[in-house]
Order: sequence, then structure tokens, then C-alpha cells
Amino acid sequence: MKLSPEAAQTYDQKRLAHHPPVPVARHFWRAFWVGGLISTVGQFFLSYFEKKGLMPDQAAIPTAAVLVVLGALLTGLGLYDRIASYGGMGAALPITGFANSMVAPAMEFRRDGWVMGVGARLFQVAGPVFVFGTLASLFVGSLWYLFYGGFTG
Amino acid sequence: MTTFRFESRPSLLSMATVAGPDEAKGPLGEKFDQVVPDLWVGQKSWEQAEQELLARAGQTLLVKENLTAADVDLMVGGDLLDQLVTTHFASRTLDIPTFGMFSACATLTASLAVAAMAVDAGYGQKVLVTVASHHHAAERQYRYPVELGIQKPATAQWTATGAAAFLIGKGGPVVVREATPGRVVDYGVKDPFDMGGAMAPAARDTLLRHLQDTGRTVKDYDAIFTGDLAAVGSTLFRDLLKEEGVQVEGIHHDCGLILYDRSSQKAVQAGGSGAACSGLVTAAHIIPGLLSGEWRRVLLLATGALHSPTTYRQGESIPCIAHGVVLERAEAP
Repeated sequence: MKLSPEAAQTYDQKRLAHHPPVPVARHFWRAFWVGGLISTVGQFFLSYFEKKGLMPDQAAIPTAAVLVVLGALLTGLGLYDRIASYGGMGAALPITGFANSMVAPAMEFRRDGWVMGVGARLFQVAGPVFVFGTLASLFVGSLWYLFYGGFTG
Repeated sequence: MTTFRFESRPSLLSMATVAGPDEAKGPLGEKFDQVVPDLWVGQKSWEQAEQELLARAGQTLLVKENLTAADVDLMVGGDLLDQLVTTHFASRTLDIPTFGMFSACATLTASLAVAAMAVDAGYGQKVLVTVASHHHAAERQYRYPVELGIQKPATAQWTATGAAAFLIGKGGPVVVREATPGRVVDYGVKDPFDMGGAMAPAARDTLLRHLQDTGRTVKDYDAIFTGDLAAVGSTLFRDLLKEEGVQVEGIHHDCGLILYDRSSQKAVQAGGSGAACSGLVTAAHIIPGLLSGEWRRVLLLATGALHSPTTYRQGESIPCIAHGVVLERAEAP
């Protein structure tokens, strides 16, 4: 049997009343310090590359590369999923989280072969971010072009 | 009237379990026949690992009873993976005629019921019932790659790793007395991270129909075990029954809450699930309790969520099912 949508709504309220409260303050705190720690590591490398003579916008590129390698390494060692299950968005949002979202499917689907496994599934998680990120930038770029009539200045 | 009563008293002759590392750390850890140290089980993929668990459980049982595959008339069992690959692939090595069963995490009681029907009707002398699940194989199929960093809500459940095998025949110490097949019940829940909440109405439906069919009350049972409603689904189940004037407080237990120690095994969140969850708890906790005399008659209500990743993505709600089986100690009247 399938409940009518109205009855299902009544049941949903009953069901949700049994859910434990979401520990919002704890989630915020954990996301804050885990995300902050990852960002501090990033800042360390950014300052290092600047000290080595790179301009700030140039120094961001090797910094991102180092963080991606670190994220990939921690995923490969089986640690990043634990960090993220603790730190939530604090671990998912930085670029190390992006590395995790690429390496995790690569590891998982390696057994399905290089082409139909890794090749086909590599972007399983990150794919939607690329698609909608590109679309959003296209949309914003079009607005900019319409209102300011160009991309320079 | 949809409750079957098996007059010729088909019963449990033997059983065997193989459990994963997290299950071994739980309260029942000492009671499994075999424990594997890691989720690979010496194999190259999670799917192969799950097949190995099942093959080992089946072989352990055959060795225990000094039987060969030719002595077993039928194997009835299932798992969670698409096309029941675990059951069918493991059956290649066990070499017993096989009926693959799918009722998600309710597969144990569906299979026990079919095995008891076969034995009761005289079609088989010895019927093997098997269930298996593997945490990582289920994660990969139903959710995300294992190494992906995901924060799951507290209502999420943990798919048990392990396999259980039961041999049903005649003259054993625990009798499969009755079976009540479940109806598919859909209360419109769409959240795959709250399967207990989705399955609780199915468990209530089967329990109420079972009581009506048998003319009993819940007081006629020493214990009622649901399969894997876990923390959220269990309290919801008891509340839903209270609305119907049925009080199961004190006699209701849930396999998903027995398999792990949630206070020290935080990763399991609301509790266990998976086809192996009720299988491992039945073999390591319920049957021993019946044998030791702790209980005389128990109702086992394994619960299953029947969605697939495809139906979830297409916005469908989660249909659920619960099959009931009554287990009694043999000397009971």
C-alpha cells in the first residue's frame, strides 16, 4: 500500500519528531576548526611561495597544487573520509575536499577497468560541480557583459 | 489469513556465521564462528569479498554437520547487491540448487519462510538459508565511493559486514512454527538516511496482521525482534503500535541495536542494517537465547527498504517490507 500525499505528510511529522536534534553548534565548531586548519596550512604555503619571490596571485597556483596533492594523499591513505566525517563542510569545501572527490571514485572504480571504471566514473562526484560552476560563470559573465559592455577595465 | 503454520515442525538443524571486523568488536563478537580481520577478506574487490564471506559461512556449516553439497536439497538466500551477485556467485562454489531471494534487509525471514515451506511440504529434507552483506560493497552501490568524505546524519545506519547460513530440516532444537509474509508498505519517506523511519510502518503492518491471523497478543511472545529499524525506527515502531493499542515496550528488541555498541562504535550512527545484520544477530543471539531457555517463543520481523539508487534519484519514495517468522524452542507445546 502507498499512503496518500496528505497522510504521508502527517506521517513525516511524526517520523521527524523521532529524529535526534542536529547538534548545530558542534557541527559549526568542527567545520570551523577543521576548515581553519586546512586554510592555515594553505596560508603557510602561500606565504612560503611569496617569500620565494612569487607575486600573490602567482603564489596561489602552487599553493593549490600542494593542497590538492595533500588531499589526494590523505584520501589514498584512507584518512580524508574520516577527517570529513568529523569536520563536515570544513573538510569538503577547501580544495583538499575537491581532491578527495576525484581520488575517491578513482580508487573505488579502478577495479572496473581504466576506461569504463576510472575514465567513466572519475567525475561522478565532482562532475556536477564543474557543469553547474561553468554554467553559473557563463551566466554571471553574460550579465557583466550586458551591463558593463566589456570585460576590460 | 496470510500467516502460514507449519504443522510438520520444520526446524533449525545447524547454523554458521562469518563476521566482519566491526561486527567482531560489537557485543556479539565472541559468538561468531569466524571473524575476518579486514573488509578485503583476501579478495580483490568488495563484491568478491562479500561472496567469500557467504561461501565461507556455507562451507563452515557443511563441515560442522559433516555434509556435502549433495546432501542439501535447496539453497534459499539473498543479499543486497544488484542481480543478487553475492548469492549466485557464491553458489557456484557451493554447488547447491539455488533460489535467489530479494527482500533487501528482510531477506532472512523471507528465505526462512520459503525454506520452512519447502521442508513442511516435503520437497526437501535439508534446505540451506543464507544471507550476506558487506559494508563497502553496499556503500558503493547505494551511496558514494568508500573513501569519499561525507558527513552522515545521526539517523543513518551502518550496513553490516558478514554472512550467516542456517540449515532447515526436521528434528532440530528450534522450530520454525509460522511465517507471515509482508506487504509492501510505502509511507512516502524519501530520505535514504532514515531507513528505520521508512521501514517502521511495514514492521507494524506485518506484526498486526500476524497477531490477527494467529489470535495471539504480544504477551504470547517472550521477545519480538525487528530486523534493522535502529534507534529512530525502533522508537517510532513502538509509538505506531501504541496508537493501535499494542504495547511492546520491554519485549521489543532490534537486531540493528544489538549488533553494535553504539556508545563506542560511533560510526554506526543509528545502528546496523543490511541483510547480514538480522542474520548475524539471529545466529549469535536469538537462537542461542532460545536454546538456553531464555526465551521460548520469539517473533522475528526482519525489515527491508526496497528502493534502488535509480528510484531515489528519480524522486520516488522508499517502499518497505517486513516478513515475520515465529521461532520456538522444540519442546514447547
